[in-house]
This record gives sequence, structure tokens and C-alpha cells, in this order.
Amino acid sequence: MKAERPGVCTACPYCGVGCGVVARPDGQGGATIEGDPNHPANYGRLCSKGSALGETIDMEGRLLAPRIHGQETDWNEAIALVAERFSAAIAEHGPDSVAFYVSGQLLTEDYYVANKLMKGFIGSANIDTNSRLCMASTVAGHKRAFGADMVPGCYEDLEEADLVVLVGSNLAWCHPVLYQRLAAARAARPEMKVVVVDPRRTATSELADLELRLAPGSDVALFNYLLARIDSTGSTDAAYLLAHVSGAAEALEAARKTDLTDAMARTGLSEHEIETFCDLFLRHEKTVTVFSQGVNQSAAGTDKVNAIINCHLATGRIGRPGMGPFSVTGQPNAMGGREVGGLANMLAAHLAIENADHRAAVQDFWDAPRICEKPGLKAVDLFRACADGQIKALWIMSTNPAVSLPQAGDVAEAIRACPFVVVSDILAETDTTACADVLLPATAWGEKSGTVTNSERCISRQRPFLPAPGLARPDWQIIADVATAMGWGAAFDFESPAAVFREHAALSGVAAGLGALFDITGLADLDEAAYEALAPIQWPVPAGRTPGGRFFAAGGFATPHGRGVMRAVEHRPPAAAPSPDYPLILNTGRVRDHWHTMTRTAKSARLSRHMAEPYAEIHPADAASLGIQPASLVTLESPYASIVVRALITDRGQPGTVFVPMHWTSQWAKRALVDTLVGAALDPYSGQPESKAQPVRLRPFDAAWYGLAIGQRELRPETDYWARARLGTGWQAEVAGGIVPTDWGVFARGLLEAHAAGQVVEFADAAAGLYRLAVIEDQRLVGAFFAGPSPVAVSRGVLAEALGAPWTGPDLLAGRAGAGRPDPGATVCGCFSVGVNTILAAIQEDGLADLDAICRALQAGTNCGSCRPEIAALLSAARPRMAAE
Amino acid sequence: MADRLVVIGAGMASGRLLEHLFEQAPGRYDVTLFGAEPRGNYNRIMLSPVLSGEKSFEEIVTHTADWYAEQGVTCRFGEPVTEIDRARRVVVSDAGETPYDKLVIATGSAPFIIPVPGRDLPGVVTYRDLDDTNAMIAAAQRPGARAVVIGGGLLGLEAAAGLRLRGMAVTVLHLMPHLMERQLDPAAGHLLQRELESRGITIHCRANTHEIVGTTHVEAVRLDDGTEIPADLVCMAVGIRPATQLAAAAGLDCGRGIVVDDQMRTSDERIVAVGECVEHRGTCYGLVAPLYDMAKVAAETLSGAEAAYAGSLTATKLKVTGVDLFSAGDFAEGKGREDIVLRDPARGIYKRLVIEEDRLIGAVLYGETADGNWFFGHIKDGTDISTMRETLIFGPAFAGGPPLDPMVAVAALPDEAEVCGCNGISKGQMTSAAGRWALAAAGAVGPGEPRITPAAMAARRAA
Repeated sequence: MKAERPGVCTACPYCGVGCGVVARPDGQGGATIEGDPNHPANYGRLCSKGSALGETIDMEGRLLAPRIHGQETDWNEAIALVAERFSAAIAEHGPDSVAFYVSGQLLTEDYYVANKLMKGFIGSANIDTNSRLCMASTVAGHKRAFGADMVPGCYEDLEEADLVVLVGSNLAWCHPVLYQRLAAARAARPEMKVVVVDPRRTATSELADLELRLAPGSDVALFNYLLARIDSTGSTDAAYLLAHVSGAAEALEAARKTDLTDAMARTGLSEHEIETFCDLFLRHEKTVTVFSQGVNQSAAGTDKVNAIINCHLATGRIGRPGMGPFSVTGQPNAMGGREVGGLANMLAAHLAIENADHRAAVQDFWDAPRICEKPGLKAVDLFRACADGQIKALWIMSTNPAVSLPQAGDVAEAIRACPFVVVSDILAETDTTACADVLLPATAWGEKSGTVTNSERCISRQRPFLPAPGLARPDWQIIADVATAMGWGAAFDFESPAAVFREHAALSGVAAGLGALFDITGLADLDEAAYEALAPIQWPVPAGRTPGGRFFAAGGFATPHGRGVMRAVEHRPPAAAPSPDYPLILNTGRVRDHWHTMTRTAKSARLSRHMAEPYAEIHPADAASLGIQPASLVTLESPYASIVVRALITDRGQPGTVFVPMHWTSQWAKRALVDTLVGAALDPYSGQPESKAQPVRLRPFDAAWYGLAIGQRELRPETDYWARARLGTGWQAEVAGGIVPTDWGVFARGLLEAHAAGQVVEFADAAAGLYRLAVIEDQRLVGAFFAGPSPVAVSRGVLAEALGAPWTGPDLLAGRAGAGRPDPGATVCGCFSVGVNTILAAIQEDGLADLDAICRALQAGTNCGSCRPEIAALLSAARPRMAAE
Repeated sequence: MADRLVVIGAGMASGRLLEHLFEQAPGRYDVTLFGAEPRGNYNRIMLSPVLSGEKSFEEIVTHTADWYAEQGVTCRFGEPVTEIDRARRVVVSDAGETPYDKLVIATGSAPFIIPVPGRDLPGVVTYRDLDDTNAMIAAAQRPGARAVVIGGGLLGLEAAAGLRLRGMAVTVLHLMPHLMERQLDPAAGHLLQRELESRGITIHCRANTHEIVGTTHVEAVRLDDGTEIPADLVCMAVGIRPATQLAAAAGLDCGRGIVVDDQMRTSDERIVAVGECVEHRGTCYGLVAPLYDMAKVAAETLSGAEAAYAGSLTATKLKVTGVDLFSAGDFAEGKGREDIVLRDPARGIYKRLVIEEDRLIGAVLYGETADGNWFFGHIKDGTDISTMRETLIFGPAFAGGPPLDPMVAVAALPDEAEVCGCNGISKGQMTSAAGRWALAAAGAVGPGEPRITPAAMAARRAA
């Protein structure tokens, strides 16, 4: 028996749940990945994305050496140039002429060093992060209510609550392990109630006792009405309000303006729905309200956050087991970034830029030559400033704003307009690296060492288990090298990430002394070995006292007066209203098995199978009136740009709304950058863009033909439409065109890069416009192409299995399984490749009638469990039918 | 007392006719069976395996002496009928006259002999019966013997393949641009030629025989272009003509064959005719399936039942071991005809289907013919194939499978509300991808729901 390889405990690089994983390197550059059974976030569970991490750590596409204008160079030259250009810009145009745009993907140590360089040494606050797109409204809402950016509770609260309200959160897909913890708790305590507040029906709705499909952007109206009902029913916690909360009178007065009629009109919900929700809330003291991007990504995001928090403050349901408002973050280290102050409107360690004492304390601690005097440019404004020529040197770290920011097309232009652009990344080719003057190779997850903080304030170590490839360096070191080259070597003389962390922890002591709640001074003296061994720990970690715990049950807010604040908020509709020209509202979001701009997840064939193509969810009524056929292609247009994606006609959304996932970049689809459509309407308090309520119009894309290609060689289609994905043994591309190629054979061979020596098998039905071709080399299928005048109806699963396998004959061109070879259908369970048809057969033919029985029989959902809501949906769809029989 | 039935010709058509007749009207007739060959009925289309040595004659006999005895048939084998006297209702043979109440003419066909000099030389044979077959087998016994087969049709190629297997050097001369032009299109003909050439058979297409050269025995075949191909055996397989002399001499209406009506009656109502000798609605047949169809109808007619023969669509299989070739129906190119083609040259597979007005009218299969009869069935039945057009050429294993959904690409998930509602299922839901999934999930739509509807196909053609 093979001895088990030693495992390295680290943290997952995806969402803000922050699961622990155990990586076992295979010695050949790969690793097997398991959930860490001892990590308090997940206790061994992993979702589909986490489970597939081992498939995403290959070297393909990695940036391995610094590049200046596309030419590889060494570090000395690259660092010298970056330092020189930044120094020159600062000398000539002042500190605010330079900017950093960083990422919730950075580790706390990276973030700390970047923030220190910009705010203390360059002397500007022009450092913002992609967390701005994700969490900024929560940060602002927390600060308004609590005086600090603070999640008061912990994950156990979701399990201990009697009522969990999920607002703007597709927890099942976006935070799958937390969802599974919730689902398990509900299964153990069936009396627990779950309410899902979301304009769209999602996988999360499967868990809901009550689904409130409210009008986009109407959350404040709903929660204001709830607050008014709390008040009118005498359900406020008068003692708590009296002792610990300010602003209640004003907030209640504002809330009372929303009467039932008004609430119904704003939200589009029925009286019954609204009152049922209020009754549930009033009846259950142990209530947790989980909120996420559906709340944050709004021009009224901060007010939405406060509308939710108001209800918890009014009832005193905060900081006690099973109670509290609970923000779940999208990124693995959005919280860590917030802790070091890596946002343009924060200073460091939860201290405020606007506070002179804070500024002086930090400057003193850093022994810095200067300190930023005022908040810097927030993400959207930062790139506007690039476009305006105000920013002379820009450094983008570990993120892809040319894809992810609103009006992303303009952002790419803005980046190009900046005279000097540095991008540090792990990949050579992204939509953003394409705009850079200097590329700096960073180490990736699995190679770098540091810490991250998850949504429940749990600090976990990310540990390396792979060597750094090529010349790649950790981000903190790159930044410190540049700082040193700019003349600040003494302040950036860190010998290790542990040294950075110690300084960060020590600074938190300075902050705590000024009243900040963020205190990890208990970790300020970790030596290298202790840092290496650091187990997950929830902050605060004050020196000499018990770490962790909940906040605010007995007050203790971080406001100057120590009281929590209820903010008077009023419903504001989304910034841009639908118009006759742009009559539909575009919502954007995530899919289960991809993450952000797919730079990592797209490497995994398993993850790519769940959703292999960008798409738009369109309501059947809208599809009918616009003449859009299922699976056809559609063009979405906003005043800023247009994209082309696949039509998925479903009533999951509301009539008049369209949902498009945000992931597909120019590497993976011809024109699917949904954020190019989104206007840059911002929340006035947080600067977070409104990513979920963009007026658009929709029309059929005029395709003369549709095609599907699979190939072992990389497919790089140049058709009018294309979207590609990885397969286990190659590539898949969905293609379409406005003009039918004159010679299908030539076209298909070119697309598949078929060698002249390969054997070709062809199917042609010229009258029906059908053409299919397979290329066989060395008796194996190396590529196939299917085309026709309508969307290609073939079993992609069957083809994916055949690619690279021994050629079994021309029947492959039937594109489906023949008799006796069942077609598993679309993949539902990515971990075990279980298709929808297989699951339906288990339900209908084998009579399996409960979720666990199905999962046991098929293995589906028994690894990461991310697909369990989908299996449950299939089961509940089949159940009434069976009952009727 | 039973009527007297005389049958002229003991081939496959009359053999099948008698089987039907004895089954339907046992004891109705007192049967006398004349055969020119000195043996009873055997499966003539299986002579090729006999020629090639893959079967013995005994294995292809269909009606034994015991069978005839059991059925009370008076067998007059090796006794050609020389005359029919319709006025006196007798047939004449060397042994004298035999009276009949009803007469069946099943004289079959005779090989066509091309009128070139030397055609009568010893060593020149046709390929029709067991004697021809035995003559060829004998010729192949001589080491180094060379054969020329004139005619690259079904029969000629079977002869060529058989002779080659017997060890002869074989050359096929074919007048037309490609082999089996009546059954194959040029692409399949080319594949077939390549296959036969790989077995050592030399093939000349567009080769017109000018003369068969020899003094006491065949020595060579000379073509129009002067090419001379040495030969110890020449097999003529350029076609057949219906054997009508006897009927014509008796004054029955004859065209290319003996003219029969849909009940297989000749112009004399006491006389029916079946098989390759007849002409029905202007068509003469040379394949076995129509013969069987005719035999069935003729047996009904003789039994006094009502039946009608409406003509046959023909399907062909080449019986050359290792060469899978099937053709059926009509596959000439024409306006309004649409081709579906599947080519796998490396595996030697070629399939072509001809569609006209959503019906399959012709099929050519080369290299893989297992689905031949399934296609032939659709041709005969006139099945509307529009709903299975995309998978038709892949055969029955791919027909009627579960519906495929292009939304698989984006993993459309079932829309449970549409099923939970128990409100019935709307047309709109049927056409929406999500709706279909939900319906499938609820078992509300059966498998095989077509992706492309007839209306869509029509619209596509119109466009």
C-alpha cells in the first residue's frame, strides 16, 4: 500500500466562506485536494469548485518572467523601471497621480504591504480593490451602523437560528459549503424556517419555506415595512434601544412612510407574502439575515444594508447565538483586505483616513515620510481618472478590471490611456494584461504563503505546497522590492510573510488603542514556526485574552459614543430606469462552477461542464414577444456596449428581467463581457457600482448557422459568435455565424487544425444545411465539428467522452448515444459526472423518492454536495407527477 | 377431381409459388412440374458462394425430391417444354403432350450474349445455372488460368470474386464509367472498385469488347482500343433477357417479357406467369424479392382468392464475402431530390440516402449494410422521415432516442413550477427548453420528441 503523502493545510482561494483544504502534492506539479476536517468553516466539506482545485494548478498560461512591452526581462530591470516611472510621476504630478488597483485575491500580507506603500510612503489613498465591486456597500453600512466594518456573528448562527432570511444571496451556488451547513441544520431541525428574498428563483430557493421574488432593487421598501411592523406590533427591544442604539426614532419615522400599499407597490409582492414574512420575523427571535451581492451591488446598496441592520438593532437581535445581520463576502480575502485598510476610503487596521489622530498614529507606527490626507479614488472613479489623464502610473495586482468593472469596455480603454501600466498576475494573457506595459509574474495559490480572513472573521493560513514556477515571486515581495527601489528599503525590509503579519498585528494594537474593534495583538509576536503552525483563529485576538466571539450583544459599538446607529433610509429605485429603448432590466451574477473571470475555474473540464457557455435567462413572455427561440443566440445591448450570448428561456426570473452570468471573458467567448453593458451608477456612500439593474434591450442574433466543435488541439474560433470551454481531453467550442461557409470541409478542418494526414469522416445533408465532420489520427478521434441551421442538438457528453478515445466508427457523427448506450444528459454532479437523465431515470424508473437515496445510488452530490439543490429540484419536479399516478 | 396444373420452369419463382399454393389450397391442383435443368429448385442467387467454394450445391437446394413427393408433384426435370397448345390446353415436350387446366409459365431469363466475333468459342460461358458454375469451377482448376469477366454488374462481380477466390487471375471489363451503375452512385462504385482491386482483380471501366479471340478455344479478349487481354475463360455477365419464346410462340401478349396483369394473368386467363420472364406494368425484374412477391400473388390467383401485385421496389446486396454493399430504390440525381451522405473513406464506409418530399426513395450503403433492410422498409412504406432526418443515416439504433437539447451546453435546469402547477401543459412550455426539461422530468412527454419539426423542415427548405 502506498504511503499517504503528507498533506498541507491551507485555505480555499474562492469564495468568502474560507474553507480549509488539505493539499497533497503529487510531486509532479499537481496535487489532490480534500476538505480540511479540522477547519471551523467547513469541517471537511468542499464545494465543486474547491474539490476541483487540483485541476486548476497546471502551468498552462502562466506568466513566468517579468515582461516589458511584451519582452521577457529579469526582475532587476522590471523593478527598476516600475520604481522609476512611479517615482517620476510622483515627482512631477504629485502622489495622487499614481494608483494601485488590487484584489480580494491578495493575501493579507500582500495587501498590507501595498497599502503601506501607497498610503504611508507614496502618500496617496489611491489604492482600491475589486472588493469595491463586491462588498463596499456592506463596509459602508457596517461603518454607519457599528462604527466599524464588522460582521458581528459567526457561521454557527446560521445553524442555531430558527429563521434564516437570505437576501440577494444565491448561497447554494455562491457559498455552497455555508449553504450545506444551513441545509444540514434545517434537516436536523425541520422547524427552522428559511426565507429567500431574491428577484430570481435560484438553486437556493429549493431550501425556502417562503420565496419573496421582489422587484429588483426594492429591498429597502421590504425591510422598512418590516421595521414599521416591528414597531407597530411593539416588538422592538426597548431596553436594548435605550442602552445601545441611537437614531431609532428617525429610522422608525422613515420606515413608517412605507405602508403596506407602498411596500406592495415597490416590491411587487402580495400582501400575503409580505405579511407572512413579517410574521415569521416577528415570531422568531433567533433570526439571522444573510445578505450578499444582491444587496451590495446597487446604487442603494448601503441603504439596503442599513435597512436590514435596522431590523436587527430594533429587536436587539444581534451578537447573540442564532441572531444577527450576516454579510457573506464573495472573495477569499475581502475581509483581510478590509482589515489592512486596502480600500481608498480606509486608512489601515480599521482606522479612518478622515481622523487626524488615526493618521498620525499610523504614520508614526510606520515611521513614514508622509501619510495620505484624504480618501483616494474608488474603483470606478479611479479608472475614470485614468481615462481623464490624471493617473500617470497604475499598478493592477491580481485582478481583471477590463472584465469585471462596469462599462468594462471603457475600463480597458482607460487602462490603455494611462501612460504607464503595471500588472502583476499569475497568467500571461487576460483581458487586463493585454493593456499593460510591464507584467510581473506573481506566485499563485498553492505557491504563496500568508493569511486570509473569511466572512466570520476567521484568519486562516494559506500555505504553499508547490514550488514557485519560473521567476514568479509573492506579491508582498514584489511590492516591497519596488518600495525599496523607490528608496524606502528600511520600511519594507520584510524577510518573510510572517514578518509582515507581525507588523500588521502590531498595528492592530495601535488601532485598538484608538478604539478600533479589530485587535489581533495576540498574534503580534508569532515567530516563524508559530506563524507556520497557526491554526484558524477568529478575531479579535487581543493579547492575553480569549479570542473570537460575537459582537454587540451588550453594545460596545465602535462609534465615538459607543452606540449602534439605526439609519433612516428610504427606498430609492435603481439609478437607471427601463425605457422604451432599453425596456429590460439586466441582472448579473455567478454560476455554480465558475468563479469571477474564470482564470482558474476554466482550466477544469469538470467545472466547465456545468455551464459551458455564457447565457441569458429570459422570461418566456419576453422571449415570445421578441421572437427568441430556446437555445438560439441573443444580442443584449445597453447604451454602453453589446454582447452575444445563448438564450435560456425560463421563468426563474421575472418578466422584463434578464440574468447573465458575469464570468465569461474574451479568452472564453467572442463577446460576452456582461460588465461592458453595465453603467457606472454608484452607491453614494460606498462607491459600489450597480451591477444588477442595468436597462438593456434584447434581440435575436441573426445566425445563419450554428456549430459545435470539439478538438484535442486548442480551438481558437474566429466566427461571428464563439464560446469555448475545456474538456477532459481537449476543447469544446460553440460557434455560429452570419454567413454559411462556402466549403464546410475546408472550414471545419481549419477550425480543428486537422493535419493533412488525418482521416476525415463526413456527414452532409446539404438540403437541410447539416454538416458534420470527424478527424481521426492514429485511430483516435482528435476533433469533430457539427453544424446546422439551428442550434446544434447533439449530446455533448457523448462527444466529450469520445474525444481522444479510439475511433469507433462514423456513428459518432450521429452526435448522440445509440440504442443501449444511455445519454447521461447535462452534467449536474460535476464531481462524479452524473447527468440529469441518469438522475431522472433513478427517480422515475428506479423509484428513488428521496434525495439521500438518489445520492447514495448514484454517488451524485456525495462529494462536494454543491449539486444537491439541483437534484432536489429534479426530485420535487417529478414528485407531484408520481403522486398523481 | 383436382384440376391439372402444369408449371413450366423449376426455378425460384415457381418454387415459391408452389409453396404458397399448397399452403392455401391444398389438394386443389394436381401439379406437374417441368424443368429444363436436370434437377429441382435451388437458390440460384447462392450460386456465387458455390462458385467461390464457400458453399456446396447441396447447401443451396431449396426443394428436395422428398418435398416434391410429399406434395404429390410430378417432376419432369431435364425435360424442356417445346410448345404450348393453348387451343387444346396441352404442353408439348420430348416425351409427348401433357394436358392442363391451368398453366404457370416461369421460364425465367436467359443471359444476354453480346454479338461479337468469337462468342461461340469453347471457354466462353455465361453465369446462370449450376452447369455454368461447374464449368467455371473446372476452368479454374488449371494452375495459372486467366479469366475475363465481361460485365461489372452484380452478377459479373460475383463471378469475378468467385473465380479470384478459386485462384484465377481475373479481369473485369465494364462498359460504363463505374461498376454496378444501376445500383451504385459513382462514389460507391469507386470504393467497390478499390476493394476488388485490392483483392487482385483487375478492372477496366469504359471498356467495350470488340472481339473474343481464339481458334479452337478462347485465347483473349480484344477491346475497341485494341487492347488484348489474355483469357482462358470468358464469362459473359452483361445482363439477362426474359425467356419469352415459348409464350410468344403460343400467341400470348409479350413485350420485353410476358405481359401480365396485377393478378399475374397473361393474356390467356388460364395461364399465369411469374418471375424474370414476365413484364408487369412495363417492368421486368431480375432480382429475387419481386419474384417472391409475384409468386405470392400468382398463388392467390390460382387459389381463386383476390390479390394484386403492384410492382416491387428492389434492393440489392452484393454477395461477395467481405464486401458489404446494399442498394435500394432510386438514387439518380434529380430536381427536388436531396442527398444525405456519410463518408468514412478510411474504413471504406459510404452511405447515401436520397430524399424526396420528406420520403426516403433511395439508399446506397457500402461497407456497412446492416441497416439496409431498415432503410428499404422506409422506402417501401413511404415513411415521412422529416422528424428523424438528422439521425436517419445512422440507422435504427439512433432513431427514436431521447430528445436532445442544445441547452445542454448551458445545463438548463428543470423549471419545477411548471410541473407542480398541475395546470396542464401549454404549447409554449412544450417549445421552451426549460419547459421540455420539466415535462420530461414529469414524464409528460415521451422519448423521441423531435428536435426538428416537419414545419421547421418545411420552413428551412422554403428558405
